[in-house]
Amino acid sequence: MCGICGAVALEGRLDVPAGATERMIGVMRHRGPDEFGAWRDDHVLLGHARLSIIDLATGQQPMGDAEGRLWLTFNGEIFNYVELREELRALGHVFRTASDTEVLLESYRRWGDACVERFVGQFAFALWDGERRRLLLARDRFGIRPLFWTVRGGVLLFASEIKALGAWNAEAPLLDPGALSEVFTYWVNIPPATPFRGVAQLPAGHTAALELGRGGNTRPELRPHRYWHPTFLPAREDHRFVAKDELPGMARRIRELLADASIIRLRADVPVGAYLSGGLDSSATAALIQHTTQRRMKTFSVGFKDAAYDETRWQTMMAAHLGTDHESIRVGDAEIAGAFERVVWLSETPLLRTAPAPLYALSGLVRSQNYKVVLTGEGADEVFCGYNILREAKVRAFWARDPRSHRRPLLLSKLYPYLQQSPPGFLAQFYGSGLEEVATDPYFSHRPRWRNTGTIAAFLAADIQEAAVARDSEERLGASLPADFRLWGPVARAQYLEMTLFMSGYLLSSQGDRMLMGHSVEGRFPFLDHRLAELAGTLPASAKLASLKEKALLKLAVADLLPAAILERPKQPYRAPDSASFFVGPGADLVRDAFDAEALLETGLLDPQRTAGLLRKWQAGKLTSARDNMAFVGLLSLQLLARQFGPGFAQRVREDALRPEDVNWRGDSTAA
Amino acid sequence: MELRQQIRGFVVENFLFGDGVPLKDDQMSLLDNGIMDSVGVMELVAFLEGDLGLGIEDQELVPENLDSIDNLVGFVTRKRR
Repeated sequence: MCGICGAVALEGRLDVPAGATERMIGVMRHRGPDEFGAWRDDHVLLGHARLSIIDLATGQQPMGDAEGRLWLTFNGEIFNYVELREELRALGHVFRTASDTEVLLESYRRWGDACVERFVGQFAFALWDGERRRLLLARDRFGIRPLFWTVRGGVLLFASEIKALGAWNAEAPLLDPGALSEVFTYWVNIPPATPFRGVAQLPAGHTAALELGRGGNTRPELRPHRYWHPTFLPAREDHRFVAKDELPGMARRIRELLADASIIRLRADVPVGAYLSGGLDSSATAALIQHTTQRRMKTFSVGFKDAAYDETRWQTMMAAHLGTDHESIRVGDAEIAGAFERVVWLSETPLLRTAPAPLYALSGLVRSQNYKVVLTGEGADEVFCGYNILREAKVRAFWARDPRSHRRPLLLSKLYPYLQQSPPGFLAQFYGSGLEEVATDPYFSHRPRWRNTGTIAAFLAADIQEAAVARDSEERLGASLPADFRLWGPVARAQYLEMTLFMSGYLLSSQGDRMLMGHSVEGRFPFLDHRLAELAGTLPASAKLASLKEKALLKLAVADLLPAAILERPKQPYRAPDSASFFVGPGADLVRDAFDAEALLETGLLDPQRTAGLLRKWQAGKLTSARDNMAFVGLLSLQLLARQFGPGFAQRVREDALRPEDVNWRGDSTAA
Repeated sequence: MELRQQIRGFVVENFLFGDGVPLKDDQMSLLDNGIMDSVGVMELVAFLEGDLGLGIEDQELVPENLDSIDNLVGFVTRKRR
C-alpha cells in the first residue's frame, strides 16, 4: 500500500511552493515508509510514498510508460494483474517490470478510463496523460483506498490523506461546521463531503477526469463518473420463497468465489498474514486459505482487558483449530486513551467510538512481527447480511404491515437482547416511529439509528447546528442513489446504505485503512471482492438472511471448515470501552485538557453548558447509555481534531517533511 | 423540594445536560422528542427507585406512567398514596 499526492495547475505553469513535495509526502510517510518518489513537469506534480509489496526491485513510483507520455502514482493492489498482463501481452504490449503498477499503465493505454472495470482490486490512483493533457483520478468500488482533492490558488491538489493537501502550502484546511454536524447524525459525511471546507473525497466506484487546454474561457473542472455501485434483486425476487434444495447450489458458488477471492489476495512478494477476530468471517477466510494452500499462516488478534469486550477465547480456539502461528495483544484503558490523539490525527474526522484505537494497536503488533500485509473479514456483514440493522429493517418492514400488532415488535428483542429489559411500550415507540413510511422513505432502515445519533448534535454550538439544518444532506444523498434503488426491498436498501455510507466512510476508513496504514500495514478484504459482492447481490435476501438468521447462506458455504462453536456462536459486534477508557491516568488528563474553558473557547465548536453537563455525568460514572457514550467520544475527538488542524498544523507538517535528498525524482523531472 | 421540580431537575440534568430549553412543557413526550432513548428509560427507573425510593413493577413500565413530566408526577403521586 502507499500514499499518493499531487498537484495540477488549472491555468498556466505550476508554481510549487518551496518544500511542498517534501511536506506532502512526509506528512503521510506512515503510509509508505520504504521509498519516496516524485515526478514533475511544468504543469503537474505527482508524489508517492511507497510500501513495497509487489516487485520490490523495479516497482518504484511515480511510474512512466516507455515513451514518458503517461505518469502514474498509485496506491493499492490490482490482484488480477497477472491475468491482465497476459491478456495485454497477447495484444502486443511489452512490459519492463514485474509490477501491477505497470499493468495499470498499460491497461489505461489499451482501454482508457474503462480499465478500472477490469480491475479486481483496491486502489486509488492519479494518472497524468501528457499527450491529452488530462488527469484521471480513480478509486476502487468500495472505497477501500482513500482519495481526497481540493483547489487552492488555482491548483488542483489531491492526496490519500487530507493533511497532505494542507501540507502543500503548510496551511490547515478549515473545518466545515455543517459537514461536522453531519457526522453527528450519519456517523460519516455524505460523499463527496468531508469534515473540511472545500475538501472533497472521490466517492467509491468513481473516476474523475480533469481536461486541461481545451481552450475557451471556462476554468477546467474535475468531472466525476460513477463506474460501479452495489446491485441487488428487485424487492419481490429478493424476498421470494427459497426452497431448501436451492441452498446447496448457492452455497457452492459462494464457496468457490470466496476461495478465489482469498487466494488471489495472497499475491505479494512479502508474507501475508491474517486477522482472527474470533467471529465467523475472518475464521472463514483464514480456513479457506489454509485448506487450499496447506500453508501455515501467521494470524493476529486483539483482545480486551475488560471481559465484556474480549473475544480471546474464540480467537485462540480458531487459531488452534487451524494450527496457525498466532500472535495477540490485549488492550485496556491505557492503550485506548494513550493512542487516541494519534487515532484522530490518522482518521481526520470526528469519531463516535473508540473502536479504531485497538485496531491501531493491532496493526502495531503486525508491524512488530515484520508483516506488512494482512487479510481481514471486513465486508462479510454487509455482503452476506450479518448486521442487526439489516435484521431490524426486516422486522420493522414486517411490523409495518400490521402497525397495531403488539407481537411483531417483540421480534426486535431477539436482535437486541438488552431490549428484553426495555419496557415493550417504549420499544414500540422508539422503533415504531416512521413505520408508515416503509415504502416511501428510502432511509426507512436507518431512521432509528440516525434519529438516535442525531440527538448528540445538540452538544454542538448553536451556529453549527444551524449550518447543519441548511445542509440538505438527505437530498444530496438521494441524488446519488442509483435508479434501481426504488425497486429494492427493505433489506437491500439497508445493505446499500451500509455499504456506501458506514462501511466506506467509517469501517474501511477510520477502522480500516487509517489504522492499518498508521503502522504501515496493508489490509486486504476477500469479502469485498466485487465479483463476490455481485454474486451475493443476485442471491435472495430471504436466503442470505433466512428468517432472522444472520449470514445463513455464508455459514452454509463454510460450515465444514469451522468448529461448530464458532459457526453457531451469536454474532458479537466489535466494540471497545468508550468513555470508560478515559476515567483515570493520561486519558483523564486528555479529557480535562480538551474540555477546559480555554479549549472550548478556542475551537468554539461545542455548547459549553451541555458539554459541562455531560462531563458532570461522566465524572459521576453515570455515562452508561450508548447515546451518551457516542456524545462523549464525539466531542472529545472533535476537540482534538480542531486543535490538530488549528494553529499548530503548519509547524507539524514542516517537522514531518522529508529532507530534499530523501525524494527520488523520477524520469525527466524538471525538479525545481 | 417539590416533586415536579425534582423530576424535572433529573430529566434536565441527566438527559439534557443542564439545558432545559428543549423541554418546552410538562406534557411533552420524552421519547418522541429524542430527550430519552429506550435505554434511557433504565436511567429513569434507577432514579425513581434510588432517589425517590419507589418500588417499580414491570407492568408499570409503560409510556402512560413515564413518558412526560406530567405522567411521571401523576405516577409517583399515585404510587405514594
